[in-house]
Amino acid sequence: MRMASWLARRVGAAAFLLWVVATVIFIAIRMIPGDPAEAIMGGPGSQASAEALETAREQYHLNEPILVQYVLYLGQLITGDLGTSYAQQRPVAQIMAEMLPATLQLTLISLAIAWLIAFLMAAIAARSSRLGQAMGTVIEVVAAAVPHFWLGAMLIIIFSTWLGWLPAVDTGTVQGIILPALTLAIPLAGFLAQLMRDSLVTAMSSPFALAARARGASEGQVFFRHGFRHAALPALNLTGWAVATSISGAVVVEEVFARPGLGRSLLGAVLSRDMPMVTGIALFSALIYMVVMLLVEAVEAIINPAAARGHDV
Amino acid sequence: MSRTARIFAGLFVGLIFIAALFPSLLAPGDPLAVNPSEAFQTPSLQHPFGTDESGRDVYTRVVHGTADSLTIGLAATALGMGIAILLGVMTAFGPRWIDSMILRLLEVLYAIPALLMALLIIAFTGPGTTPAIIAVGLSTAPGYSRLIRTHLRTLVNSEMFDAATVLGHSRWHKIRNHLIPNTLSTLLALITLGIGQAVIWASALSFLGLGTPPPAPEWGAMLANGRTYLHFAWWLTVFPGAAIVTIAAGATLLGRTATRSRI
Repeated sequence: MRMASWLARRVGAAAFLLWVVATVIFIAIRMIPGDPAEAIMGGPGSQASAEALETAREQYHLNEPILVQYVLYLGQLITGDLGTSYAQQRPVAQIMAEMLPATLQLTLISLAIAWLIAFLMAAIAARSSRLGQAMGTVIEVVAAAVPHFWLGAMLIIIFSTWLGWLPAVDTGTVQGIILPALTLAIPLAGFLAQLMRDSLVTAMSSPFALAARARGASEGQVFFRHGFRHAALPALNLTGWAVATSISGAVVVEEVFARPGLGRSLLGAVLSRDMPMVTGIALFSALIYMVVMLLVEAVEAIINPAAARGHDV
Repeated sequence: MSRTARIFAGLFVGLIFIAALFPSLLAPGDPLAVNPSEAFQTPSLQHPFGTDESGRDVYTRVVHGTADSLTIGLAATALGMGIAILLGVMTAFGPRWIDSMILRLLEVLYAIPALLMALLIIAFTGPGTTPAIIAVGLSTAPGYSRLIRTHLRTLVNSEMFDAATVLGHSRWHKIRNHLIPNTLSTLLALITLGIGQAVIWASALSFLGLGTPPPAPEWGAMLANGRTYLHFAWWLTVFPGAAIVTIAAGATLLGRTATRSRI
């Protein structure tokens, strides 16, 4: 019963959020000086034909009173109708459905790589000397501070131009996804490793680790059964955040490696001021954020019921 | 901060300021001077960072670009911080309903990552330097707001404040003698961290073709330009990017050290 009311509250908050985002975009389009039809078509510079403007007016009900427009717009969004892209003259939802798998694939592969790197770094750092730990910290800080656009370019220079091992442009092959995935994974691994190391060190020197050692558990058992489990919880939250913001993260990387996907479509739509496309991807991104963060919270509650009830552990 | 760290930090900040205010002291040349016969020179003694497709000296451009990149970073941080301080003060001192309303608003804004929000803003304003500043400033404001709100709330609910109330001090006295001194250092650390982030975000926008347009020697714009020649002229990408990373990592480390020694 408590679970159900928690879920209802959360879904309500998510719906409220999507409504706010949609409303802000609706108001913003109409606040741009000049004809909103022109704004939808890409601004005064687009030199849209009179017929095209009329089609836009029709589709967005711009001849109706503003409140009617608003209600119709929300009604369309609820039924999943995101409008038609002006740059491509196709339904926005259809384009997004085509682009989603590529972005999802990139996100999941980069997450797996990030976890692998972070786990190795944290495990090594937690058990090494002071000097080793200090070096680990520097590597983590630098990895976390490097912006995607430069990291991607550097990886291209090293592995494509100099060594010639991997293609600079994503060709859709297995080799093609390695560099884009690494570009996304390295900064995330830096953040993850910092988090994991802190909780690993705390866990390995905690009373429950001492108790496990006293029971005769080997150092390896203590590490996996107690230390790693303890470190996984904060890392899970960060991972959820990375998935939730994956479209935003994909913008730069997909652009650098000329890889098709939702991020690159969003950038193209912003550059050509294709408002239906921008709106659709922004709303979808907000939806993913809400859903993923909800799932993370649920998983956290399962792993650690005490924390979910608001107790500090 | 240890003595050595302080000296390094001082040198770092000093060098950045000289590069930003008096770039000609470090690089006497003209960052826009075109010399087609010297295009695509690899780094050498004469051109430490090489030359670009028009024969412009990349070192001179990176040094002269400090002012542009830093100004954008500073302006965006000032905008984001200004909004955050306003919201923070309103939540900490205003009536309860304002606090919960602003919290709701911030929760909504969290669902839109900073880069996505910056892109949304530019979709409406069109690309350029000023839109990039506004976009970066507005999109970083929610994060700062939450930090400032937490900080002010902790202070207002602290024993120090209770004691001042018991002693019968006025509201203004409490703000002037307890709140402002205890907030300034935190703000300074936050601003330092923020400038580093803002430089990265603004360069990202320029890199994507949404911020400062070429031929200005802004670092992100230089990177965007260097992309075309990435397969042979690596120096066009390596050096401006290294400048961005240096500023960002330097500001992050400075801000973190300041945060640790203050709080």
